[in-house]
Amino acid sequence: MIKLTGVSKVYPRTGYALRNVNLHVPKGSFVFLTGHSGAGKSTILRLIQMAELPTEGELRVSGTSSARLRRSDVPKLRRKMGMAFQDFRLLKDRTAEENVAFALEVTGARRSLIRQRAARLLGKVGLAARGQAFPEELSGGEKQRVAIARALANEPFILLADEPTGNLDERASRGILDLFREINANGMTVVMATHDLELVRRHPSYRVVELSAGEVVFDSAGTVREEAG
Amino acid sequence: MLQALRGALAAFRRTPVLVVISILAVSLSLFVFGLFALTAFNIRGALSEIEERVEIVAYLSDDATAEEAGRAEVEIRDHTQVLDVRYVSKTEALAIAGRELPEFREVFSGLDANPLPASYEIRLRPGYRTPEVVEAVTAQVIAYPFVEEADYGRDWVARLVSLQRIAAGATVIIGGAFAAVAGIIIATAVRIAVAARREEIEIMRLVGATDGFIRRPFLIEGWLTGLIGGLIAAFLTYLAHRFVSATLMEINWLPAEWLMLAVLAGSAYGLLTSAFAVRRHLRGL
Ligand SMILES: Nc1ncnc2c1ncn2[C@@H]1O[C@H](COP(=O)(O)OP(=O)(O)OP(=O)(O)O)[C@@H](O)[C@H]1O
Ligand SMILES: [Mg+2]
Repeated sequence: MIKLTGVSKVYPRTGYALRNVNLHVPKGSFVFLTGHSGAGKSTILRLIQMAELPTEGELRVSGTSSARLRRSDVPKLRRKMGMAFQDFRLLKDRTAEENVAFALEVTGARRSLIRQRAARLLGKVGLAARGQAFPEELSGGEKQRVAIARALANEPFILLADEPTGNLDERASRGILDLFREINANGMTVVMATHDLELVRRHPSYRVVELSAGEVVFDSAGTVREEAG
Repeated sequence: MLQALRGALAAFRRTPVLVVISILAVSLSLFVFGLFALTAFNIRGALSEIEERVEIVAYLSDDATAEEAGRAEVEIRDHTQVLDVRYVSKTEALAIAGRELPEFREVFSGLDANPLPASYEIRLRPGYRTPEVVEAVTAQVIAYPFVEEADYGRDWVARLVSLQRIAAGATVIIGGAFAAVAGIIIATAVRIAVAARREEIEIMRLVGATDGFIRRPFLIEGWLTGLIGGLIAAFLTYLAHRFVSATLMEINWLPAEWLMLAVLAGSAYGLLTSAFAVRRHLRGL
């Protein structure tokens, strides 16, 4: 599914963002990536999206290797992963439904299907009634739901979320987590970066991978040594 | 393709002000270029009209036989540089003089003998109306023993040629400068239009759009901006032409091929600059 082998990422100006990371995320699992600010959580997620390539080591995502990546592989891979961010990244000049439809349009899906699909996805995240609302007319929690509906549009196998609750209050955060749990229960892999330890503690059954200064310092699945050795 | 066209239309719907401003910027800058082209075209036309009048006149001595004169006329006409030769007999010369110089009509009619010589009026082909060729042809004509004198406006031809050079140089330099300014304005307008949708491009990439899919609507938009801007500029230039013709002086309208070429070049340039502008946003994975 997702496998990082000896992955390091060096930025020319700031040095090591990740150092020799070994991580295996099996299909269907739920992983919290935690760690202090600057620990490298976002960097791992960007590498998994193949938005950047590792400086050393290899990353495999659903059969695609970072070592043999062609530019044309990237869009195909991105359609297989859904992404959500702290800042939602919705288009302000489009309605909720159009924002979801956007992810379907780029795949060249039939127009008659897109509207219907978008409406159904919004229903799935509990926003059936807000399809015609623009982002500025939605609360933070609702915006994140729209973003998640968009992330799910192309039926990805994995959902990557970078601090999706970072801008949300406690209640909204819990709602998003419930949604993730439901998505995960349907078989989708979820990797979520967060520094909200309270939230992590509330879900003890999920795997926790802690990063510090670019290194994996704790893995509740206990695979750190195993993979390194 | 259809989807890309729809995308371009959607862009217009979302940012109409930006689209209108960029089309205006393109039209106005191309309009300035069009005005320049109109001016240059008319100056060139006027100069080549003057150039038509470049002519060598060879005066024949009175004892030249008709046969000699006829043979020489054929020989001169055979030169590749020569467009045509007109033989003006003594009688014709007198008639012309009488017609064109009425003050002397009395004097001429009072004479028993015709004092005017017969002559050849030699006109050169376009492209050969230069001081060098005129000089060379004159020298050949004067070599005939029965040609007494051959004349052309030496200073006048030289001045015309240098005037044409100045006009051509100015066309290239000023035209180039106008074209460069128009080019920069168009490129900037397109770049702003693309940058305004940077976020959209980022999200498109995020959800797995291919580079081609992202690029297409922008290319169509750039092409349309150039095309519409070019057509508006052509129309404005035409209005200017009508206005000048009606108020100042009669001027010629540009050849249709020029216009078509300019509009095509404008739309191709719009497409190209869009491609460049989008490329900046497609760097990296
Ligand atoms: N594009 C970049 N260029 C240079 N350095 C970068 C870049 N992105 C991240 N870094 C550096 O890499 C390190 C890890 O950053 P990263 O964004 O992964 O941290 P994070 O764990 O997500 O932090 P936060 O909780 O604040 O989001 C930081 O030291 C950061 O300065
Ligand atoms: Mg981060």
